[in-house]
Amino acid sequence: MRLEPIAAPTPARLLGLPLAALALTLAIGAALAALAGANPLAVFGLILKGAAGSRFALLETLNRATPLIFTGLAVAVAFRARLWNIGAEAQLYAGALTTVLLGTGAVAAPAPLLLPLLALTAFAAGAVLLLGPAFLKVRFGVDEVVTTLLLNFIMLLFVSMLLEGPLKDPLSLGWPQSPALVPDARLPRLVSGLRLHWGFALALAAALVTWAIMARTTLGFEMRAVGENPAAAAFAGMPVPRVLLRTAILSGGLAGLAGFSEVAGLKGNLTLDLSPGFGYTGIIVAMLAMLHPLGVVVAGVFVAGVFVGADSMSRAAGVPSYIADILVATALLTMVAALKLTRFRIRSG
Amino acid sequence: MPETVLRLKGITKRFGAQLANDDISFALQKGEVIALLGENGAGKTTLMNILFGHYTADSGTVEVMGTALPPGHPRAALAAGVGMVHQHFTLADNLTVAENILLGTRPLWRLGQGDARARIRDLARRFGLEVDPAARVADLAVGERQRVEILKALWRDARILILDEPTAVLTPQETEALFRTLRLAVAQGLSIVFISHKLREVLAVSDRVLVLRHGRLVGEVRTRDTDRHQLARLMVGADLPTQEIPPVPEGPPLLELRAVSAPGLSAIDLTLRGGRITGLAGVSGNGQSALAALIAGTLAPTSGEMQAAGLPAGPGWSPQAAIARGIARIPEDRHRTGTIAAMTLTENAILEAYGRPPFSHRSWIDWRAARSFAEEIIAGYDVRCPGPDTRISLLSGGNMQKLILGRALSPEPRMILANQPTRGLDVGAVAYVHARLLEARARGAAILLISEDLDEVQALSDEIRVISAGRLSPSFPRGTTSQAELGAWMAGHGFDHAA
Amino acid sequence: MEHLDILLTASFWAAVLRIASPLIFATMGELICERAGVLNLGIEGIMVIGAFTGWFAVYAGLPLWAGVATALLAGMAFGLLHGLLTVPLGLSQHVVGLGITLLATAAASYAYRLALPRVTTPPRIDPFQPLPLPGALAQTPLTYLAFLTVAVTAFVLARTPLGLAIRAVGENPQAVEAQGLSVTALRLGAVTIGSGLMAVGGAFLTLSAFSSFFFEMVNGRGWICIALVVFGAWHPGRALLGALLFAAFDAYQIRLQQTLGAAIPYQVFLMLPYALSILALVIMSRRARVPAALMTPYNRGER
Repeated sequence: MRLEPIAAPTPARLLGLPLAALALTLAIGAALAALAGANPLAVFGLILKGAAGSRFALLETLNRATPLIFTGLAVAVAFRARLWNIGAEAQLYAGALTTVLLGTGAVAAPAPLLLPLLALTAFAAGAVLLLGPAFLKVRFGVDEVVTTLLLNFIMLLFVSMLLEGPLKDPLSLGWPQSPALVPDARLPRLVSGLRLHWGFALALAAALVTWAIMARTTLGFEMRAVGENPAAAAFAGMPVPRVLLRTAILSGGLAGLAGFSEVAGLKGNLTLDLSPGFGYTGIIVAMLAMLHPLGVVVAGVFVAGVFVGADSMSRAAGVPSYIADILVATALLTMVAALKLTRFRIRSG
Repeated sequence: MPETVLRLKGITKRFGAQLANDDISFALQKGEVIALLGENGAGKTTLMNILFGHYTADSGTVEVMGTALPPGHPRAALAAGVGMVHQHFTLADNLTVAENILLGTRPLWRLGQGDARARIRDLARRFGLEVDPAARVADLAVGERQRVEILKALWRDARILILDEPTAVLTPQETEALFRTLRLAVAQGLSIVFISHKLREVLAVSDRVLVLRHGRLVGEVRTRDTDRHQLARLMVGADLPTQEIPPVPEGPPLLELRAVSAPGLSAIDLTLRGGRITGLAGVSGNGQSALAALIAGTLAPTSGEMQAAGLPAGPGWSPQAAIARGIARIPEDRHRTGTIAAMTLTENAILEAYGRPPFSHRSWIDWRAARSFAEEIIAGYDVRCPGPDTRISLLSGGNMQKLILGRALSPEPRMILANQPTRGLDVGAVAYVHARLLEARARGAAILLISEDLDEVQALSDEIRVISAGRLSPSFPRGTTSQAELGAWMAGHGFDHAA
Repeated sequence: MEHLDILLTASFWAAVLRIASPLIFATMGELICERAGVLNLGIEGIMVIGAFTGWFAVYAGLPLWAGVATALLAGMAFGLLHGLLTVPLGLSQHVVGLGITLLATAAASYAYRLALPRVTTPPRIDPFQPLPLPGALAQTPLTYLAFLTVAVTAFVLARTPLGLAIRAVGENPQAVEAQGLSVTALRLGAVTIGSGLMAVGGAFLTLSAFSSFFFEMVNGRGWICIALVVFGAWHPGRALLGALLFAAFDAYQIRLQQTLGAAIPYQVFLMLPYALSILALVIMSRRARVPAALMTPYNRGER
């Protein structure tokens, strides 16, 4: 059994296989719903309704999509250069941390100055956190998958330590949370009266800028070349280690912005449950988007919709909301398999 | 009546649109040596991979000792007594010689290495294949590795031995030793298929020659009834083109190495002059890669002095620095280092120059300029392709090489590093590359031609240097040295006096 | 209590063996996968699924050893999925591995919630009991099984034709195919078996260490095992040594936490194992010889 490249895939293949992946994902979801004693169609209906059935639902989905777009972009950028950043979770917390460090009164400035400052420091914090593993990779050949993964745990413990120590809100009655941001450090609502905040607009802008960098700049070209073939990139005179470090800055920074946006836009303070795994889900978002920055927006909204919809479905139908995690993980695996099979066919012998 | 041990009938194999093997049939007799002769890409290796079960044929059958082999099963081929010595050795570096030989030959749980080693030694003696069974393959030289490959087949009692371009990595002396082993094998009743594109070796070792061209069997001759010229005509389909080398006035020294050492090189003295092609001959793995890397900028000298275009190439020596000095680089491996498979022709065309105008201004790439540059190369260097937005991996090796050639030569560089510029190309593409190099020479460029093909080196070079174990021989001007003399230098003779 | 005296107590060494056991299973599992050329980042999720399925089988009334077998089979199932996607299909081992981790973790959570919709305190089972041996040797049978696993893995890899083939396929798949063996079968088998061991490592947590299942109980142990494989330079014996060293450090920090807990926040101690793993990676990455074909998919007839 082996794979044979297909020179010119037919449209049926290009469309049919991803659709089949989607169908398989839905079939698995249906089976899981049935297992929980619910009517699968009703469950899907409730997920859809919860994700986009009303203005409120839709805005909630976009709200949830915001950090996923940032972390999805972070992963997409890094994976393009084959820098396996699995640490977006930690970088998100790093950005959130600097936001509350500076935004709870330490720096007094009007919002138009303070917000950019907070965003920049969050970007820098995320960048620094990924620069470490990236440096270990280029200098000592240490596999960044494990180092970035382990840093997630270290970072979460570090945040926990600060929240129970110096950063603890004295008014929080023992609950580990930071004080609230000053009003000037809060991102305003995008739609007044609803929870959607300017972080979403920032995420869209980040996607556009990232796309421009990847497609139009020498850095983007270098990142793609280094990712595809580091030996050829080096031979052509590209500074491979420097490209990887720059990739780390961009990727870690984007994930740091997710932390800024969540704290300044949504929560207003820092707690240990700020991110329910946005950093890991960002990997799914990036892969579903085939690492395309604009695709990340679509994939981010889609994945957010599944999660938001499943939450509301779970309350109504009693099917555990973890069905959303299974659905997106299955979607990821079936989709990467389907996309491969659009370009290759399996032959025996 | 001779006994037929192997019979191929009507083997046909397509890869996409390309017909790699077209209705090929032949038979091999016991104790016979058949040479399968053809250019790179003629379909020899594909045919043998079908025979061995790595590929399945679209149609046709393989019979060993009168029994048809099930297609696509190397295990069946091995069991039937077919042994294959692959061009790219199939050895695991982390294992010992004995382990590599025993791999796949034992039931699940009993390895029994002890007595196996003694038997391997015995087998090695019988066929003149000295090698230590306990040595790790990673520590072996190329010639020794090939002996392990042959031992792998003999260990399994192969009755038919297929050798795919076995001499590409050997010195002339090692080649002689290989031929002695093959004669011993034939004397012990084995039959051999010898795949090569080198006429001299085919004539020296075979009883019968089958010639493949563009996937078809175009000729079959008894070796004693033929000669170089007939075989060459069969192989190429026309008389071999001969290259005219017009005289060109010698220019100034452009690239100079004085007592340069680096990992794999010791005290190299080398001067490349304008209007001169300096050919580097040698068995692969003797320091060619290091010397090429030094000139290409991917390796810095550890000691000694290196000057390019009159300026020293010191600690900051890098690919960028080399390109900036006007060194054009044609890399040894166009797939691994020359191109990026997933990128388009346009992107590959600006791989080296993307950071400079007109291709970028202040870090913004001008894709229109890039595209028109790619179009210029496509037109000017005869790159056959659907267009500049095609992925380069869809191109044939020859067209890929032409794009690299265009990328390197269109800025009219003063120095050119041509590392294996024609490896794996068909005759037409080879002639094209040669013509372009000679054109650059006429323009006054200094060229270092590194090639494993001694004929190519002798045909093009104004002077020849031989590299052996990281040392360079004295310079031999055109026409002053025979192949035999060069062969002796390649084997390392003469260096003691020179050093 | 003096800090060094800790090292002399039997209870300390008992803790070391207890902490090391799940790591040993999972590290051997990962080592087998990687020796065959497949990086298995599904390890974290497969440990979770092993912890859950093993516990759930026993909770549902099966004997303890049947729980272990259930975990083994569940791990093998996810391993087979990982293998099918990465070996014949040749998909990115990074992406598939992380996908498997997410999928397996989600599946365990979903199944747990499905089985126990309204439970707040995780129900307990009767776990494996320590064998009646003196001192630190009073461990459950699973710990002894962990050490047996190392011995078997080491023996199979070093001394049997099967182990030879696994070592070869992680180094140069062409060599394996040229000798008539199936690269696909070897790698699929290695990933499946290896994943089964990872799941048994997870089951140790619920069947031997904690006696109930809760979310996040694996808590990065899988990632640490990946670091341990590098630390052990892909050798079972050295990886065992790494796991024991790591466990000793972990047990030591737990005891230090009890004595120094007032002065230093407990999170610092909890960070140390992760930081130590990174340090081990930095030290070993330059020395260890990686299996040459690790993370490189093999496609027949392609060079």
